[in-house]
Amino acid sequence: MEAQASRFMAENPEQTPARRRPTEADAATYDREHRGTVGELRSEVPRMRCTRVNVHYGDKHAIRDVSLDVGKNEVLAMIGPSGCGKSTFLRCLNRMNDTVVGCRVSGEILLDGKDIMASDVDVVPLRARVGMVFQKPNPFPKSIFENVAFGPRIHGLAQSHAELEEIVVSSLQKANLWDEVKDRLAHPGTGLSGGQQQRLCIARAIAIQPEVILMDEPCSALDPISTAKIEQLIDELRRNFSICIVTHSMQQAARVSQRTAYFHLGDLIEVGDTDRIFVKPQHQLTEDYITGRFG
Amino acid sequence: MSEPAQTERDSFARVEAGMKRRRAAERRFRFFGKCAVGLGLGFLVILFVSIVGNGYSAFWQTRITLDVAIDEAIVDPAGTRDPAVLRAADYGALIKQSLREMFPDVSGRRNRFALYGLVSNGANFDLRDRVLADPSLIGGKLSLSVAADDDVDMLMKGHIDRDAPEADRRIKDNQLAWIDALEADDRLHSAFNLDFFGNGDSRDPELAGIRGALMGSIYTLFVTLGLSFPLAVAAAVYLEEFAPKNRWTDLIEVNINNLAAVPSIVFGLLGLAVFINFFTLPRSAPIVGGLVLTLMTLPTIIIASRAALKSVPPSIREGALGVGASPMQAVMYHVLPLALPGMLTGTIIGMAQALGETAPLLMIGMVAFIADVPTGVFDPSTALPVQIYLWADSPERAYVEKTSAAIIVLLLFLAAMNALAVLLRRRFERRW
Repeated sequence: MEAQASRFMAENPEQTPARRRPTEADAATYDREHRGTVGELRSEVPRMRCTRVNVHYGDKHAIRDVSLDVGKNEVLAMIGPSGCGKSTFLRCLNRMNDTVVGCRVSGEILLDGKDIMASDVDVVPLRARVGMVFQKPNPFPKSIFENVAFGPRIHGLAQSHAELEEIVVSSLQKANLWDEVKDRLAHPGTGLSGGQQQRLCIARAIAIQPEVILMDEPCSALDPISTAKIEQLIDELRRNFSICIVTHSMQQAARVSQRTAYFHLGDLIEVGDTDRIFVKPQHQLTEDYITGRFG
Repeated sequence: MSEPAQTERDSFARVEAGMKRRRAAERRFRFFGKCAVGLGLGFLVILFVSIVGNGYSAFWQTRITLDVAIDEAIVDPAGTRDPAVLRAADYGALIKQSLREMFPDVSGRRNRFALYGLVSNGANFDLRDRVLADPSLIGGKLSLSVAADDDVDMLMKGHIDRDAPEADRRIKDNQLAWIDALEADDRLHSAFNLDFFGNGDSRDPELAGIRGALMGSIYTLFVTLGLSFPLAVAAAVYLEEFAPKNRWTDLIEVNINNLAAVPSIVFGLLGLAVFINFFTLPRSAPIVGGLVLTLMTLPTIIIASRAALKSVPPSIREGALGVGASPMQAVMYHVLPLALPGMLTGTIIGMAQALGETAPLLMIGMVAFIADVPTGVFDPSTALPVQIYLWADSPERAYVEKTSAAIIVLLLFLAAMNALAVLLRRRFERRW
């Protein structure tokens, strides 16, 4: 933190940490050296509540003291330059970081008021409640039906095959994929186009009725038309789920989310209503990023 | 303004000048590649031509048709038709009698011996089996086709030179005359050598068969596969998917890689010391051979299986964990099926190695002369490569073709195993 502060000092030698840079272009209230989240980091109806979350990869302090809420029925967008820790933070929310060697997570993460970081929490049911969609579409090399049916089957959600079929069909319908694949459920999921594969992964995630869906740059490997379909889908899914989406596209964040969180080098810089953040950022770094000065 | 154009042309010219050298280098490289492939194929063809050329004749055997009078006075003097009596009867006498009848003018002990020598010792047993199967033959006359002695067989196959001096020939002049007479009488036939596939090893080349060694190899491989595949896959899955990455697992990995390079005779000694001396398992038994070969193939399969597991994209694991699969479920449902083709390839390489392995089997006594076909993993037996070694070491001319024939059987066995592996691999192979 010291090093970073001094780096910014070097760029602006006349500045002191306590005082804002006095230029007329600058509308932000907090200058670049301010660390500690600004904005409305708590939600009125939280689904998940994170308090002072820290992540270390070996010696590297990847996430510093992040506190953030994910509201019910809201889409929370996480933006920031590459390597800022937004994906790392996302993966804390269903403890996918447990699978990474040398990764340590500390802090408190509550899901519906219960700490998911406790050592006695079983990650298997947790991941059934907090589903995940990855950057690269990763359908299983099995049939479309099997892809969606896998989750319900291992969790025992369906008592009969008919019930399982029902879950698969409704999941595919919710993922806006049913019309495209209804005639070829037995075909391999890997044979679909990239956008269809990603929607299949979303169908796979929602088939187990999670409360929160984490999406790690779900559209970065897709063309604009597929992206538009996924964004529309995200908006529809908001009615039933809470969604956290990491994205590199500020336009996408502006289009799909209700709240936006801006990360910078492991710090959560600013959180707030998407409309407000993009119009009137309070932090200088946020403004720099969304106006394209870096990132 | 001509300056840049000039330098551009210069560089083109330079590139053009260099192209000749580059193309020549490319042509040279391709030529060497073709040479290497051609040479390899050439040696392969030589190998196959030599083995098949030497060995194919072993699949045929010269047989002599005899008219045997089954004399009740010799077979069953009391007339009880008791199987025990029938089994103990002197059928050799009947065969000899039939030969004497065919050549009544042969006299003298030495000549008669030479005459009897035309027919294999196995003829007695053929006749006994026929009589035991059908006692009503007793008292009648039977036209029986029996295997000829290996020297007769060699003569008919052209491996004995008729024009050589008599002292240098295994077939003497009088025997030649009888053989010619038999041939003129249309009593000599060449027939498919069923004995070769039905018998165990024998001191008489015409009776020696591959079945004992083949069954020994099958039992041994059965034990090896049954133990090494599950053990190796379990070890690989644990090390690759579940084990913490620390100094101990590194040490284990290094040692597994080293084990793969340990000479096989060392495993043989280990088997002798541990399985036979300590656990007192039977000597020469496929169970011990299988255990020793399991130790030998384990590292091979573990290494191949780990490589196969490593090549499964991590996104598949993440996808499975992301929908709440336990690590075990992720491995069982998604990682293992994708890694299975690679594991099978490693297994088949290990099994092929085990099939061709001789040295460790020598140490645990599977090199003994064993005439009986083994009926289980605890019976004494040999294995195919050991049988090849034993026959190659035998002095009789007839074992030359037997050796090559055994090699053909071994290669066919290997090809069948590989075909099975390809089939299984294609069955399990899926793209992702």
